[in-house]
Amino acid sequence: MAGKSIFIDTTRCTACRGCQMACKNWNRNGASATKNLGSHQNPPDLDGNTFKLVRFSEVETEGKIAWYFFPDQCRHCLEPPCKDTIEGYVNDAVVLDDATGAVVYTEKAKEAPFDEVKTNCPYDIPRQNAKGQTVKCTMCVDRITNGMKPACVKICPTGAMNFGERDEMLKLAKERLALLKERYPKAQLLDADQVRVIYLVVDDPKKYHKNAVASLRPGIGNGNANKLAGPLRRIFESVIGV
Amino acid sequence: MTNHWIDLANSDCILIMGSNAAENHPISFRWVMKAKDGGATVINVDPRYTRTSTKADIYAPLRSGTDLAFLGGMIKYIVENDKYFKEYILNYSNASYILGEKYGFKDGLFSGFNADKKAYDASNWGYVLDEQGIPKKDPTLQDPRCVFQLMKDHYSRYDLDTVASITGTPKADLLKVYEAYSATGVPTKAGTIMYAMGWCQHTVGVQNIRTMSIIQVLLGNMGIAGGGVNALRGESNVQGSTDAGLLFHILPGYLPTPTASLQTLADYNKKNTPTTKDPLSANWWQNRPKYVVSLLKALYGDAAKPENDFAYSWLPKGEEGKAYSWLDLFDAMYARQIQGFFAWGMNPACSGANSNKTREALANLEWMVNVNVFDNETASFWKGPGMDPRKIKTEVFFLPCAAFLEKEGSISNSGRWAQWRYKAQEPVGESKPDGDIILELFNEIRTLYQKDKKARFPDPILNLKWDYATKHQFDPHLVAKAINGFWTKDTTIGDKTYKKGEPVAAFALLQADGSTSCGSWIYCQSYNADGNNMARRDKSDPSGIGLYPKWSWAWPVNRRIIYNRASVDPTGKPWNPNKVVVEYVGEVKDGKYVSGSWKGDVPDGPWPPLKNPDGSSRQDGKLAFIMKSDGYASIFGPGLKDGPFPEHYEPLECPVEKNPLSAQLNSPVAATFKSARDVIKSCDPRFPFVGTTYRVTEHWQTGVLTRWLPWLVEAEPQLFVEMSEQLAQLRGIKNGEKVVVESPRGSLEAVAIVTKRFKPFTVQGTEIHQVGLPWHFGWIYPPDGGDSANLLTPSVGDPNTRIPESKAFMVNVRKKGA
Repeated sequence: MAGKSIFIDTTRCTACRGCQMACKNWNRNGASATKNLGSHQNPPDLDGNTFKLVRFSEVETEGKIAWYFFPDQCRHCLEPPCKDTIEGYVNDAVVLDDATGAVVYTEKAKEAPFDEVKTNCPYDIPRQNAKGQTVKCTMCVDRITNGMKPACVKICPTGAMNFGERDEMLKLAKERLALLKERYPKAQLLDADQVRVIYLVVDDPKKYHKNAVASLRPGIGNGNANKLAGPLRRIFESVIGV
Repeated sequence: MTNHWIDLANSDCILIMGSNAAENHPISFRWVMKAKDGGATVINVDPRYTRTSTKADIYAPLRSGTDLAFLGGMIKYIVENDKYFKEYILNYSNASYILGEKYGFKDGLFSGFNADKKAYDASNWGYVLDEQGIPKKDPTLQDPRCVFQLMKDHYSRYDLDTVASITGTPKADLLKVYEAYSATGVPTKAGTIMYAMGWCQHTVGVQNIRTMSIIQVLLGNMGIAGGGVNALRGESNVQGSTDAGLLFHILPGYLPTPTASLQTLADYNKKNTPTTKDPLSANWWQNRPKYVVSLLKALYGDAAKPENDFAYSWLPKGEEGKAYSWLDLFDAMYARQIQGFFAWGMNPACSGANSNKTREALANLEWMVNVNVFDNETASFWKGPGMDPRKIKTEVFFLPCAAFLEKEGSISNSGRWAQWRYKAQEPVGESKPDGDIILELFNEIRTLYQKDKKARFPDPILNLKWDYATKHQFDPHLVAKAINGFWTKDTTIGDKTYKKGEPVAAFALLQADGSTSCGSWIYCQSYNADGNNMARRDKSDPSGIGLYPKWSWAWPVNRRIIYNRASVDPTGKPWNPNKVVVEYVGEVKDGKYVSGSWKGDVPDGPWPPLKNPDGSSRQDGKLAFIMKSDGYASIFGPGLKDGPFPEHYEPLECPVEKNPLSAQLNSPVAATFKSARDVIKSCDPRFPFVGTTYRVTEHWQTGVLTRWLPWLVEAEPQLFVEMSEQLAQLRGIKNGEKVVVESPRGSLEAVAIVTKRFKPFTVQGTEIHQVGLPWHFGWIYPPDGGDSANLLTPSVGDPNTRIPESKAFMVNVRKKGA
């Protein structure tokens, strides 16, 4: 599978949130009025103005503290269920970019029922913005096609965010994994064969974030049932004239 | 920093203590992670598990205010386990010096203490001198009166049990840190320290750093790649402003501020120019008179002449023994001794310790000028919480200034690099660069003096050299050239003639006879005949250790690692051949250098090394520590106000009644004040918890620049107080609820973050809780963001620097309404 990939090495992430800011900056996204809810994670979740969110998770195992950081974003699935879902309702609403593999929503994506799009994402990524548009990370496809790295990768000071050809990123990820396995037996790459945004974690993924891997969302990520749902429904709906 | 940011990557062991580098210096972690990739061990010691701790191989908690005890225990460990680098300390430190009879230490006090004056007489801390007047040495380090033995004796009290009972650090963690760090005491390993305000802001702040300096010398970590003592400067451009003499006790280039008793330049030079009887000591500060005269020429131009003592009498002078630090200024303002005040690029209503005192002091002024980018709690103090605008007579002027992207000039980073920056866009509205505001301000002041025939002491104003404008606008290039310096007349030295007006190439050429003008000797070479060296952007690195000598320019003379003569053995060969900073390369005949030069970084002076390859001594070599008058690094340091060896004392506000190390609970010489707002309550059951302040990545200082930026406020919207689950349970506090935090000086509302990352400490057998708050917030904006954590902090300070003890004080935390 050619195209691009982002490799996110969470062991190098310091949660400086440069990526969260750079994403807002490039996408000209605004900010919400937030409160401190007893956590440094803010805004509390992805939203219409936040395509990239650093999630903070405190874990204590046998008296030993860990504080995991998970820069959450669209995984740019190789076979994106959202594309099927959305295009079950409206044509040409999702571009699967040939050169990069980026999954990009167009204006039309809002015509698909948002709740269904959101629910069918194995990682709970799509959000609605104030204009009612369905939005998410674009992999900065506009930057990439102009020879630049995605904004979140460009700003990362520590090497947590990496971008390049998919095979190169997979190689880098596997090398790093092999190195970390020695010290962290639970080290793993998350859904590396299904997605273009590959995370490396060193503990049980759900300790980082409940939707860190696809299998954790009930009823999603297990094959063709969902994939067919959208197109089948569209055929069905066109027949009955909804 | 003795070293620089990129050099962190060269380290084998990085101790991050007294700083939270991942959060407050996020880019530093590019280099920390590179060091880790190379196999380095990263150690983090902090009261709280932070974003930095997540990347550390070893994390050890300690109670705020006990760093010195922690490090004193490390000295004991290094000495008793023979982890020190013996050849290094023999050749490059004063470990072998014999101390005079008058030096002593008993139960927490050094000899020479005057209880009435609360001060030491440091003349008690001298060395035994030989016939030439050079300190006597015992190269075996066995003499019971040698520095090494007295140091060993001093820290023998800092055993694991005692240290653990003070710091609250589990003994196993102490040992892990000591073992890992002291493993760098071999020639081929480097250990470094990244510290910041977590060490400075204590009544033992300077001594915290002194303790680490001793450790770095013992382990041979000074001058080498991946080593050094590295202060992470908290504000751009705090390094540059310190270099430029912003602090009260120094003029540009770290020249002491004159005092009233020093009536003539000769008096000043006599007092401030160190001498040595040792021909092997470079004693670089012997050149101070050249730098002072060159500065006076830069200030007063042609009006500074030999016949008027180069206008030395025009320099402002302090009263003998009187300090003019931040704490002292606001104490004087509180006492109505100051009428007018410029708060320039600062927000003292939130940034200074004991903000209630500061805010009341502002109300005692007749006028105040605030120069800033945004409105802030200082400019608007008169309408702040608890203020009645009708009763406040202070007239406030607000001058909007340009932000950093809207002006050109240099910025000096922690690694001493002066980097030139260009203007990205024009200032908004009527705002102006600070330089233009200063230019116009002084022009106006000078006009007033010119008009007023009765003006008192007009000479320093009317004669000030003030030629920094091009087409009536501030020109940073003219200032930079003046700082670099130039020849004031045609001058011939040796076979070379320098023309009047020509830039001085480097500070070795500066003169004490008025033939050179230089605004700051350490910046001489930054803008010379080669052009603006600060604007260089060449990415080549012939050193292979990340010196990048043609990227920007570093003071002094583009030296990237200070004290690099200590990175080699006495024959000039690098201790670590894999990471060469400098190396003496020369032709050798019969075991002796007959010619040669230094390769690598700009060496600490051109002289050859101390010894020939055959081990014979050279008369033309120089000792490694050229800025010390005796040429040696000071394990024994008699130059400070609180003693020659660092000693643990509790913060002035502390949770314990006894200091297990001595009868002296607190620093006997700490800076204290007596106003009605200076309340200190130690071991008071009303304030049972240790409090500290810190910063987050998302905000900057008091937040004047960041609280108006929506993305940053979205990420960190409100003042919070972090506490352990145990403390929250004790007080019935739920995560995320607003609570009250109060100290003897003030009270705040903050959102509780109940976290596993804070744990109670066991201190002298008692459970002690600690909480922490960031000081980025203020009442002006954002709404419901909270106020400054400095409402809680005490205005007491370190006796040397007078920095406030903002990092350790006592508070109470309770549910709202409880």
